[in-house]
Amino acid sequence: MTDYFRNPAKPEDRPLVIGDEQFASRLFVGTGKYETYQLMADALEASGTQCVTVAVRRLDLDAPAGERLLDYLDRDRYRLLPNTAGCFSADDAIRAARLGRELGLSNQVKLEVLGDKKTLLPDPVGTLQAAKVLVDEGFQVLCYTSDDPIVAKQLEDAGVAAVMPAGSPIGSGQGINNPLNLSLILETVQCPVLVDAGVGTASDVTVAMELGADGVLLNTGIAGAKDPVRMARAMKAACEAGRDAFLSGRIATRRYATASSPVQGVIGSVVIAGE
Amino acid sequence: MDKRRIELLINGKPRGFAAPLSVTMLLEALGLPDRGVAVERNREIVKRDRFGDTWLDEGDALEIVTLVGGG
Repeated sequence: MTDYFRNPAKPEDRPLVIGDEQFASRLFVGTGKYETYQLMADALEASGTQCVTVAVRRLDLDAPAGERLLDYLDRDRYRLLPNTAGCFSADDAIRAARLGRELGLSNQVKLEVLGDKKTLLPDPVGTLQAAKVLVDEGFQVLCYTSDDPIVAKQLEDAGVAAVMPAGSPIGSGQGINNPLNLSLILETVQCPVLVDAGVGTASDVTVAMELGADGVLLNTGIAGAKDPVRMARAMKAACEAGRDAFLSGRIATRRYATASSPVQGVIGSVVIAGE
Repeated sequence: MDKRRIELLINGKPRGFAAPLSVTMLLEALGLPDRGVAVERNREIVKRDRFGDTWLDEGDALEIVTLVGGG
């Protein structure tokens, strides 16, 4: 539960608190799809993130022991957030979450229940079912969902610690396809809202933060870039820029121009008596 | 000592082992560390502090998992 009332018209500069954890960085970064673990480590450092997602998978019993992901993640620096990625049923996601809790040693989990292999869109019914069970078992659920404000509200009512609406399909790089729905979610729920999925480049992060999102989670946008470390740096700046812009109270948009320099006293102008 | 073989389903594949077999002994037999792994037996989590005294039965289905990169 948040301890403040989100009013999009009067944004407050409050720290990001999700469940029991407070985060100084509003950028959350995934650990998947990097060419090497070292590149991943360098990109995570450049991003300034404090929380990284990890996946729960079967050990390959036939493969010789090699480099391990965990050897490249400084546990003093990054909170690990296990996800239930790749689960297509509530039952599988619940099992994965429980296993993730055993491995990640925290109660926080990123819940994903997918509905379709091609689009990787969330199954709203399965997501809600799994969320209820996991909340009941003491998890703090950060919940991947669509940009549907109705579903977001249902998830909040079910007790999730944060809702994480997708900007566009996972890994698609399309950015924020429906800014209206994202802003409706921000008007509808009081829990933290992190945009998760579809971020392609830095401006996508800024757009999300300017709308008032509490944070952004991304993976492919950094890992798939030609220069992931540089892109991670860009994402960090973009996140901070968007957050500052949101808190600054931007100007309204106008249909016509309004001059920036005084209209009086321009040289060569004709002065009419009385003006 | 009661020596027999039991067949288990490990990460979806059937494998035979000499029994009696605890989870700790299974991980040793597979050459796996007991840190950085989590174990589910017949859809129930086996807590780490129970690895040594959880004895496996014929037909048990186990998931032995770890953390990997993901978004």
